[in-house]
Amino acid sequence: MPTFSLTINGKKHTVDASPEMPLLWVLRDLLGMTGTKFSCGRGLCGSCTVQLDGEATRSCVTAVEYAADKKITTIEGLAENKREPLLQAWIEEDVPQCGFCQPGHIMTASSFLATNSNPSDSDIDSAMAMNLCRCGTYPRMKRAIKLAARGGKQ
Amino acid sequence: MKTLNVTRRDFIKVTAVTGGGFLLGFRLLSNGEPASPADFAPNVFVKIAADNTITITVHRSEMGQGVWTSVPMIVAEELEADWSKVTIEQADAHPTKYGSQSTGGSYSIRGNWEKLRNAGATAREMFITAAANQWKADRSACKAEKGYIVHSSGKRVSYGELAAAAAQLPVPPSVPLKDEKDFRIIGTRLKKLDTPSKSYGTAVFGLDVRVPGMLFASIERCPVFGGTAASYDAANAKAFPGVIDVIEVKSGIAVVASNTWAAFRGREELSVKWNEGQWANQSSASIRKSFMEGLESGGDTIESAGDAESAMANAANVINAVYDAPFIAHQTMEPMNCTADVKTDRCEIWAPTQSPQRIQTDAAEILGLDKEKVTVHVTLMGGGFGRRLYSDYGNDAVEVSKAIGKPVQVVWTREDDTRHDLYRPMTYNILKAGIDKSGNPVSWIHRIAGPSSRGLVVGGSKPSYAFPNFKVEAKILETGVPIGAWRSVGPSQNGWIMESFIDEIAHLAKKDPFEYRRSLLSNAPRLRRTLEFVAEKANWKKPLPRGWGKGIACVESFGSACAMVSEVSVDSDGTLTIQRIVAAIDCGPVVNPDTVEAQMEGGIVYALSAMLKDEITIEKGRVRQESYDDYRMIQFDEMPKIEVYTVPSTDPVGGIGEPGLPPAAPSVCNAIFAATGKRIRKLPIRPDNLKS
Repeated sequence: MPTFSLTINGKKHTVDASPEMPLLWVLRDLLGMTGTKFSCGRGLCGSCTVQLDGEATRSCVTAVEYAADKKITTIEGLAENKREPLLQAWIEEDVPQCGFCQPGHIMTASSFLATNSNPSDSDIDSAMAMNLCRCGTYPRMKRAIKLAARGGKQ
Repeated sequence: MKTLNVTRRDFIKVTAVTGGGFLLGFRLLSNGEPASPADFAPNVFVKIAADNTITITVHRSEMGQGVWTSVPMIVAEELEADWSKVTIEQADAHPTKYGSQSTGGSYSIRGNWEKLRNAGATAREMFITAAANQWKADRSACKAEKGYIVHSSGKRVSYGELAAAAAQLPVPPSVPLKDEKDFRIIGTRLKKLDTPSKSYGTAVFGLDVRVPGMLFASIERCPVFGGTAASYDAANAKAFPGVIDVIEVKSGIAVVASNTWAAFRGREELSVKWNEGQWANQSSASIRKSFMEGLESGGDTIESAGDAESAMANAANVINAVYDAPFIAHQTMEPMNCTADVKTDRCEIWAPTQSPQRIQTDAAEILGLDKEKVTVHVTLMGGGFGRRLYSDYGNDAVEVSKAIGKPVQVVWTREDDTRHDLYRPMTYNILKAGIDKSGNPVSWIHRIAGPSSRGLVVGGSKPSYAFPNFKVEAKILETGVPIGAWRSVGPSQNGWIMESFIDEIAHLAKKDPFEYRRSLLSNAPRLRRTLEFVAEKANWKKPLPRGWGKGIACVESFGSACAMVSEVSVDSDGTLTIQRIVAAIDCGPVVNPDTVEAQMEGGIVYALSAMLKDEITIEKGRVRQESYDDYRMIQFDEMPKIEVYTVPSTDPVGGIGEPGLPPAAPSVCNAIFAATGKRIRKLPIRPDNLKS
């Protein structure tokens, strides 16, 4: 089995994996980083979202081979900085219910905010539309994203 | 303060813990459990350590409903605790000593309100006594304040410093409860204690359990319910890198691998041939036909008053309707999974479950072990909604671990989850109502055909409205499709049917739908008050723009009354826009207004997904839908504006996880009728149904 060198949250990791093994399972099962979630395996829900070179990417349909030369950021990486405004806003708005889809939403929102620091409601709607939440925390997520965009000012 | 007499002293136990701590244990009840179980054992523990930290260990499953925060809030209120020192811990399931541990029926708070308060108050009073003893002071000069006992002279001592001494005191037989106007924790918007870990990705769901030496497995199941494997190619599956073994279990063919992905991929190489069994030719259409034919011979009467048939025959005006509800799935974001480690003489299980004891009982039976030898650790759940009341996914893990002699996590794919759920049942409903010349109700008849009549699975209940004669009949017909509790259970479906039909009756009577309901709710004062409250908040009488319509609905369930007004617009191409939903709930005293709002929003969204998108259809005995693309849910950009109001109330505390769901769909369907004149009697709503 080929060996891949991955840069995850700024650290180097080496894994032996089939080239087509999805990055999701490399993270969860080979490296024990379980913050990135499995829900559909087809890129339909966004629970597995990570960032590759800053871009929100569905790790369940991304082959490890493709990710090998990219800078991979997961929820664990984002959460290394507890002062990260998006996470603080998420806690301030008390967004999660069951919580399972939240890391995927946060990784999508963080990537989006990096390209649009002053989003309108409809910008947020279209950026987040393909991330699913069964508990219906969407209104709170929207509030948290806007709060983070304002730099935490209410 | 009012004094509550603790007549059953042994319902609270206090012990000392090493390091100078105080541990109070009491018992939280589950839905249906007797208030005084014969073999009392505590299942909630409040530990106050010497360093002033307060750890509340709850034997209750958290699935997003906020119970890990609301339970501690109630205890902390009476305890006069410093909330910033409170943390929560999930207790491990114990085989027998905890009594029923099932989390369902929106029961955690409404079933335990006084017990929780009493436990906190008992600890508080013991700390006051400990301080008075230490100071040789009069108890009445001492009071509890944010984690301290304060003497009238100004001296103070912390709970942590008192813990060791308090733990030696006898449990007082009666303790005063706080006056509700003095509450400083209950009724405030405290943030959920599990929010940070869920935001940082460190929260441990079932899928996140990691045990040394564990393997991963996934099971190929017969697509037709009840079918079995005739043949399969284990060698081919084993040839896939990472696949370790292929074994047969009750639910299908398990592929065991060193990682989840290899287990999934191995399944694709199995080439299973199935004996599809007796349901192989069934379809949604054939099931509906069997329901229709079944009802021709009538059903069993499950509710009645007066003589509904002869009153109907004499009514001035009669209306008939047929309502159809499809099978629907739970679609939790975290697919079913369970981790088990079976040894020869014991078994350890990590399960995202609403019902640890069901998992435990089944595991003990599969393994031929005493239940005491089966430990179930309850993890967080990526959604429950009733799906995780069942043990099928737990049994998978136990069987596979037993066969391979290693710890294993069995993971369902999204497709497995969609196609092998325990669905909310499809039903076929015939409704008939009669009114007199003035529009007053005379008779109500509801005939239901479905795979279950009432109770656990489908409602079928008497009308809340003052019909002097009514009859509800049910015909139970087996379909082979597994059925189970789905958020709000009976009222989730029956609320839609009954609240839509009463709207039809109001229009037949040429009455305003709000006023008509209101005039018929004299026997349901709480529901009427909630209905009036929402009508005022939504400004019911105010006209809407052209092409818009508003609808109203109210349902009492799980100890709370809930009413909603929805406003919609419908374009000529059938595009429905829900402009806003105004919701009111009377759940008695509110523990955390923020959690009530979140649960109301959650219940409404869950209902809207079912109303607009969800349908499990059966073809050739199998479920046609697979994943989020053909079994969809409300998306971020489809979320309507929701306003939630709580009705000020001194009524008993009620549930919040489920009561917010039942009125949502009928209020929207009634609004669609107001906007278009089209009555929705079949779910889900398709845009084609709404074209002008």
